[in-house]
Amino acid sequence: MSAPQKAKAGAEKIAVTVSAVVPVTEYVTRFEFTRTDGADFPPFSGGAHTVVSMEDGDRTRLNPYSLMSDPTDLSHYAISVRREDTGRGGSAFMHSQVAPGDAMTITCPVNLFGLDWRAKKHIFFAGGIGITPFLAMIGQLEQTNGNWELHYAARTPESAAYADMLLAKFPTKVHVYYSGQGVRIPLESLLSGQPLGTHAYVCGPAGLIDLVHDTATGIGWPHSNVHSEEFLAPAPGAPFEVRLCKSDKTITVGEHESLLEAMEREGVDAPFLCRGGSCGQCETNVVSADGGFIHRDHWLDDDDRASGKKIMPCVSRFVGTTLELDR
Amino acid sequence: MTIQFNDETFRDDYSFHNSEWAIRRFPFPFHEDSYMYSMNAEQHRGGPDGSVYENRFDVDEHYVSEMQDRAKVLSEDPLRCQSLPHMTLAGWDLLELIMVSKSEDYPDLFELHRDGDQWRWVNKPLGIDDTFTFLDESTLPYGPMEYITRQSQGDFALLDQRDENLWMDAGMVTTQADWSLDFNIGMNFIEWHGPVPLANEMGIFKRALKFLLNIPQGSPGRRLNWTMTVNPLLDTSPENYHKWGIQKTTLTPENIGAKQHLRVELQTFYRLPRSNALAFPIRCYLCSFQDLMTMPKWGRRLHRVVRDLPVELATYKGFIDNRPLMIDYLSKFDDGLPTSPGIFPEPETEPPLKT
Ligand code: HEM
Ligand code: FES
Repeated sequence: MSAPQKAKAGAEKIAVTVSAVVPVTEYVTRFEFTRTDGADFPPFSGGAHTVVSMEDGDRTRLNPYSLMSDPTDLSHYAISVRREDTGRGGSAFMHSQVAPGDAMTITCPVNLFGLDWRAKKHIFFAGGIGITPFLAMIGQLEQTNGNWELHYAARTPESAAYADMLLAKFPTKVHVYYSGQGVRIPLESLLSGQPLGTHAYVCGPAGLIDLVHDTATGIGWPHSNVHSEEFLAPAPGAPFEVRLCKSDKTITVGEHESLLEAMEREGVDAPFLCRGGSCGQCETNVVSADGGFIHRDHWLDDDDRASGKKIMPCVSRFVGTTLELDR
Repeated sequence: MTIQFNDETFRDDYSFHNSEWAIRRFPFPFHEDSYMYSMNAEQHRGGPDGSVYENRFDVDEHYVSEMQDRAKVLSEDPLRCQSLPHMTLAGWDLLELIMVSKSEDYPDLFELHRDGDQWRWVNKPLGIDDTFTFLDESTLPYGPMEYITRQSQGDFALLDQRDENLWMDAGMVTTQADWSLDFNIGMNFIEWHGPVPLANEMGIFKRALKFLLNIPQGSPGRRLNWTMTVNPLLDTSPENYHKWGIQKTTLTPENIGAKQHLRVELQTFYRLPRSNALAFPIRCYLCSFQDLMTMPKWGRRLHRVVRDLPVELATYKGFIDNRPLMIDYLSKFDDGLPTSPGIFPEPETEPPLKT
């Protein structure tokens, strides 16, 4: 056996082959992968995501996507990607460049949005493409006879990915609401009518996530019974310069890239798992700073932020004259 | 290599013993001449051939006897094994992890044959050949965690992960260094570490928790912890303190070399794929002082570490009263020569000890 290896950035990687590219709606496409070595994929839990590496010319894009395939079928993994024309290009790359037979690399699953196994009942709230983690959770709960129901908000029937399939398979458990028809999820009555020990899960736009949390809190739900997942995409911002002390490099973070991406571009091995501000893996110590931080993560607590000694490079930025990091 | 399993006891007549092979591979926990708590975790991706790090779950000459000792403890005190109802899936995850790892790492000792969810498990050292349905508890004689941990050396804690904390919601704990599963069940990481001195103030537990919450699937980690045990006892539990606590007073300058054992825990951390729980195997290794003195580097270093250990740690670890006796014994071997860095003994290059 080999000697102990140095920790590498990110989770373990898996070489995959794109086995199918399936249009689901006008904007959403499903990508299915098999393992290039022919083996089964590792088991995973509903709510897990994988980070897909995209070789786009001379840059590597790394985007996290929820695994949506059935966790009881490990012959393939699947993700569904919504094309964001205003986004930073990862989803556009998937839609325009990726074809069956392509070789790609994805990471081992990481779950930051797991089911609470103590729950007597699971109630899911999905908005738009936020449906994807619930597809895997439903697969897992069906295997173990779990008690669940899904409330799914979409704009129109045409844009509601997988709604037909879900309604056909689970007609009593799935409820779909179309905002284009003026129908909203009746959150307050749904949340107040639940048996003790119910856990709620929400995935979708920030507005829906906040609404579910606020409504649940308003009617006295314990904070710990409401779970949400929101992948923050790194937001653009003014370019800034950073001194990386350990690597002995000074780099500039461009307007449309994150600090993490800029470090990777310069060949600095920086840790990450989610690339969306929630796992904590990329936490980096600040050596000195003359300026202010734009903290966008869900990880650092108020004390960390007040100290000015920490930054999460996957989503957060800096505005000021000098910044030195311990990386 | 094929392992010769010892026929030995960890109680009454204490016939436990280490072969030269077992001494050579003993996980000596001090990489330098002093010790303090630290966030000493690294990836668990193998290690030097023959070392306890080589395989995911180390199997050694004590395997069969340790499993017999565990069965005895459980028959007297079934609460050493507990699993809250929501942890059954994590138990299956652990069973799969151990069966797959052992059958791959020790193909001559363990076999796993899988046909869909019909599994056949062959454990040659313990004479077990069982067929069962994966994820169907009714097809096993015990729950999945209990079934597999009755066949695996070391204690096991299964931690549920929620609310940015870890909760000790299941475990098999019969070889512990003075803590109780029955007391800790349902507690979170900060609560069950409450009795530990200094580490919290040093910020170690906050960092350790963040590290553990982030252990990804497929990237296990490990660390060593240690304490001292008089007589080669596996079961040093609070439940049985009345039986073993008193044995600490039987140490004399004549018997200390044979009776006093350094007790080392190889702790590993695995993210479990189906439940998203964390598995925390705590594997206990014992080595007598006199056996440790056969490795010159360890002889020199153990004296310096025990002599200079902060009082708080020696008290918490329960050997403050015996420390003078230990230092007397160990100082005779320490010639003051420098030691090489790292935990491995390097007997070929370290000069011999003076006695
Ligand atoms: C989830 C994994 C872990 C479990 C289940 C666990 C459990 C325990 C327990 C039950 C004790 C005994 C407390 C008592 O006196 O009642 C203990 C002690 C301790 N733990 Fe952990 N622990 C874990 C991870 C860690 C990690 C990652 C660190 C990293 C620094 C750590 C550091 C310590 C230390 C320093 C002690 C005192 C040990 C001694 O001096 O002998 N633990 N742990
Ligand atoms: S990579 Fe997860 S918080 Fe930054």
